[in-house]
Amino acid sequence: MGSAIVRRILSAAVLVWAAITFNFFLFRLAPGNPTAQLSRVPQGSVALQEQLNREFGLDRPILVQYFRYLEQLGQGNLGVSFVNKQPVRGNLVDAIGNTLPMVMLGVLLAIVIGITLGVLAGAHRGGPLDHASVGFATFMYSLPAQWIGLVLLFLLSGWLPAGGMTDEFLIDPSLGERIADVAVHMILPSLTMALVMFGQYVLVTRSSVVETLSDDYVLTARAKGFGAGYVVRRHVLRNALLPTVALIGLSVGAMVGGAILVEVVFSWPGIGRTIYDSIVARDYPMMQGAFLVFTVSVVLSNLLADATYGLLDPRVRRMGGAR
Amino acid sequence: MTESHGARTARGARRGKALWRGARRNPGFALGLAVLLALGVIAALAPLIFPAGSGLQVGESYAAPSGEHLLGLDDGGADVLAELTWGARISLLVGVCAGAITVLVGGLVGLLSGYFGGWLEQMLMRVTDFFLVIPVLPVMIIIAALYGTHLVNTILIIGLLSWQSTARVVRAQAKSVRERLFVRRARAMGSSHARTLIRHVLPQVGPLLAASTALAIGHAIFFEAALRFLGLADSNTTSWGQMIADAFQRGATNAGAWWVLLPPGLAIGLVVLMTTVLGRRLEQHMNPRLEVSHLGLRSFRRQHAAGRSR
Repeated sequence: MGSAIVRRILSAAVLVWAAITFNFFLFRLAPGNPTAQLSRVPQGSVALQEQLNREFGLDRPILVQYFRYLEQLGQGNLGVSFVNKQPVRGNLVDAIGNTLPMVMLGVLLAIVIGITLGVLAGAHRGGPLDHASVGFATFMYSLPAQWIGLVLLFLLSGWLPAGGMTDEFLIDPSLGERIADVAVHMILPSLTMALVMFGQYVLVTRSSVVETLSDDYVLTARAKGFGAGYVVRRHVLRNALLPTVALIGLSVGAMVGGAILVEVVFSWPGIGRTIYDSIVARDYPMMQGAFLVFTVSVVLSNLLADATYGLLDPRVRRMGGAR
Repeated sequence: MTESHGARTARGARRGKALWRGARRNPGFALGLAVLLALGVIAALAPLIFPAGSGLQVGESYAAPSGEHLLGLDDGGADVLAELTWGARISLLVGVCAGAITVLVGGLVGLLSGYFGGWLEQMLMRVTDFFLVIPVLPVMIIIAALYGTHLVNTILIIGLLSWQSTARVVRAQAKSVRERLFVRRARAMGSSHARTLIRHVLPQVGPLLAASTALAIGHAIFFEAALRFLGLADSNTTSWGQMIADAFQRGATNAGAWWVLLPPGLAIGLVVLMTTVLGRRLEQHMNPRLEVSHLGLRSFRRQHAAGRSR
């Protein structure tokens, strides 16, 4: 088991390295030199471009640049934003701090809705409840995230703040007032995230429950005279929820995509909004930094999902992993 | 090897009948196919239905739906139904083209790595793993921002970044087909690799490729809408995604114009839903045991689940 974990960590490390390399060459091999795009940046000039070329070593061979990039990255230096002249790292840390609570609330909601509907559907396989849950989940899953956000905005913006994270006109708020203010602003984006994410949780939980229900120990429990509801709650749930737990880790990639769209709809100052703003402003260091954050967090959460799965289900451990 | 013409048409008819029987027994499949075909026809006939083209001002900004304009008018006073019909062309075009690239690349990678195995499989699968794990939408938006937002670029970006799961599924199937007796027999009788792949392995993978195509079309339309929303596609052409982006950017929600906001999203939802239904049914059609899982084929299902959880 120990060697399996080491192997997984190693392969995750290789993936992170590959992502960093991909990230570097994606930007370096784009048409034109990165600083050639500076003409689109306010206050750009030829002199500035040449100075930047020298400063960033862009006149050096590309492999030299690559190793310099790795070295700087190792020291935690992600460069300086073209737009606000602040270190990229600081900007990103602020943005992540804003994204995490919003996305986590949304995903938590999605998990609750997803597991509830999934278990109900699986336990009533083939019944109207099953069809309704699966239909609803598949339908919501088919809708674009940005559109769901806009529809919610349309329906609820009279009652809830339509965008941003804080009320600018709140005069001298206390800590409690400030938290309440952010929480109110968080409702719409989080709800949208939940509606975007819950569909796949329903489908996976359902099929997992259906599968577990056909296991022999369920039959044994039923034969002992336990009621169907009791068996589902006490025997089936714990085993059936394993794939859902793994899926949550594996769905971080989808979360990232959803977060970008949702943050743009609701002007939420998080990392998705950051990557959008940096594209509009052609702020290459910020783009690159935000992309790195996305990639690394997805690789790490995949690793975490694998590890949790092994930890929760001894059967997976004994089989040496399904891979 | 040579077949009489009669035998061939008889076989064709048999297949046609089988397909018809399948469609009758499987209403989801028939419904999905019918809806998608109907939408395709409507999109193709857009110049006949709304000859004036899209974006033409025909009345007041945000005029509500009426008998004359069933879905009302948008911010520029253009008929929403006309926009929707013309938008279908770009959305479906991107969906079909990007979906085709997805299945072509994914199918090729999957077939080659599953059939040949060895170092080729190792190499291709490491690349596939990489593309499975990177977050796709950020990569798409960065490439679109760096390399341009022309329609062809949009199609290439979506197609070339979506093949990874198809490659996985096709590989698993090709691997199992490779071990079947008829394939080994064909090889033993001197059939070349190319011939074995095309004549014996490909037909067994075919339904899976069809299912993947359906799902890929839905995904591509989804991604196109996301790129449009982030301003990373050619905004001179209209598509369903562009209509959502415009509704947002030009304040249709503030104007209370639900007739501008709802149709494009529901259209995308309908297509994605139908491609999903179609794809799932095709998978079932190929693998009917999926449907009778409650009969206790546990070992089979475990293998299947292991293969599916990538």
